[in-house]
Amino acid sequence: MSLQTAPGRPTARRTSGAPTRRRARRGLGLDLGAYAAMIAATVVLGAPLLWMVVASLKERSELYSVPLQWLPDDLDLANYAQAAGTIPMGQLIANSVGLTIVGAGLKVALGLTCAYALVFVDVPFRRAVFVLVLATLMIPSQITIIPNYTLVASLGWLNTYQGILVPGLASAFGTFLFRQHFLSLPTSILEAAELDGAGHWRKLWQFVVPLSLPTVAAVALVSVVAEWNDYLWPFLVVDDAAKMTLPVGLTLLQSIDGMNNWGVLLAATVVVTVPILAVFLVLQRRLVAGLTAGAVTG
Amino acid sequence: MSTTVLAPPAPRSGQTDPPAASPTSPASRRTRSRRRRSWLAFALLAGPNVLLLLVFVYRPLLESLYLSTLQWNLGSPVARFIGLGNYREWFTSPDTAQVLLATGVFTVVTVGGSLVLGLGLALALDRKLPGRAVARTVAFAPYVLSGFAVGILWLFIFDPRYGLMSTLLQAVGMSSPQWYTEPPWPLVMIIVVYVWKNLGYVALIYLAGLQAIPQDVRDAAALDGATSARTLRSIVLPLLTPTTFFLLVTMLLSSLQSFDIIQAMTKGGPLGSTTTLMYQIYEEGFVNGRAGYASAGATILFVLLLAVTAVQLRFVERKVHYA
Repeated sequence: MSLQTAPGRPTARRTSGAPTRRRARRGLGLDLGAYAAMIAATVVLGAPLLWMVVASLKERSELYSVPLQWLPDDLDLANYAQAAGTIPMGQLIANSVGLTIVGAGLKVALGLTCAYALVFVDVPFRRAVFVLVLATLMIPSQITIIPNYTLVASLGWLNTYQGILVPGLASAFGTFLFRQHFLSLPTSILEAAELDGAGHWRKLWQFVVPLSLPTVAAVALVSVVAEWNDYLWPFLVVDDAAKMTLPVGLTLLQSIDGMNNWGVLLAATVVVTVPILAVFLVLQRRLVAGLTAGAVTG
Repeated sequence: MSTTVLAPPAPRSGQTDPPAASPTSPASRRTRSRRRRSWLAFALLAGPNVLLLLVFVYRPLLESLYLSTLQWNLGSPVARFIGLGNYREWFTSPDTAQVLLATGVFTVVTVGGSLVLGLGLALALDRKLPGRAVARTVAFAPYVLSGFAVGILWLFIFDPRYGLMSTLLQAVGMSSPQWYTEPPWPLVMIIVVYVWKNLGYVALIYLAGLQAIPQDVRDAAALDGATSARTLRSIVLPLLTPTTFFLLVTMLLSSLQSFDIIQAMTKGGPLGSTTTLMYQIYEEGFVNGRAGYASAGATILFVLLLAVTAVQLRFVERKVHYA
């Protein structure tokens, strides 16, 4: 994770204009090369995802055929039905959706309140608190995982939603991004809010948050992706199928079905990936902005 | 949290105080109560997040350092203090060379591969060709997907008998290697998948870096008669150094910690040939139950990551930013 975002992130934009035409003439050959590269990359990066969906619709005999049968004869959802019969798919979807929404929501709320305090509440030690928060970006999860596991186990939180959720809730990255954004807000607005008689709580939700919606959206979406895909921690704390998230359920399915039932396994893989793919396609701009935040070095 | 406990309207500095407020009450008492309200507000707003960080990040960090000095099995009531014994064991274990080799190869090839290919894709996307929006979207998509799911998908593609890869290799006259079972192919397999998943991210960061280079700089080079290759080498790449460095560090950190793709595809095998340091920590701690030994491994990985970060901070501080 990056620590190098400049305050008020300058989004550098090319000042394009007249010279573009000249360049276009020079670069015809290059354009062809670039086109070839672009198409090749698109195929290599995109085809596996299409292949996953196509294969999940194939019957067993179509999957295990030499030479390879490219398309299924008819669209058959039997693999999905069988996956849902092997692992409690509906429950897993509900778990993943619920944990993702609650987890991402709490992360955003924790990040917002913490960043607000760090920027707008004047106490002498807030700089130190900020460093304390920021430094956790450098502490990787694998060093915390054994003690956290022991703690969660001793609380009786194994196989519970709070066991999956709570240890990962604290927001360092979100706090960091929100703080950067808050520092760029015009102080006059908050002074007006003060004259209006607004307390901190009202200032945060009625003035600061509405002015920060793009950052809120970016952090929320990054958290959604992270919560949905999170693997190692939920895998460790849950072995009861009823409490599993989708990626952990996929692990269970893999261990039950092994590699001799690709259709079923791929159907479940589609269920894990397609929702987040849909979120990505709809909210692409904000999500990419969030995921690549921190890389703008000026 | 309730609205009522938070600080009431408090003018930020003395100058906006209404002068006629209360000349009788001592100013010092007013400041003190205002300060107390600020502390309370700070505690209520920042407290939950800070508390969670203390309990679930700082506490386990310290505890893990302590655990690494114990001979202790996960869940066992008995633990024996053995000082640096776990570290000694790790550094002298015959497995360590293989773990370091797998970690090194995986890290160097994934980071190098994604940087080179990502830069290539970014240069192509930078040329404002029609269809680039679609290409950008497709390229970035794998990055947002679950690593475990992606691992399963690629395991299917690599299936030596029925997989797409084997068909494609046959089409060019090659026979499929035993991807699952015959080293070094399992390692190659997870490297390919890791690069596939992260390529779009690298390309998009590079693209942002490219677009931050003022067009007139490149136009000036072109006017001077520089070829495109020359412009790339002498102008664009040097100007991209900060981006490259950022990506190098980011990818290094994430590839050293990658777990779910390995778990889906090889589980560290066969014969430990894909057991990276990260995977070893999991395996020792949670499969073999050797929590003390695993904690020592975690410390070693932590120090490694810290070293990378330290180099980054050092470099970034000194780096003169262009633009």
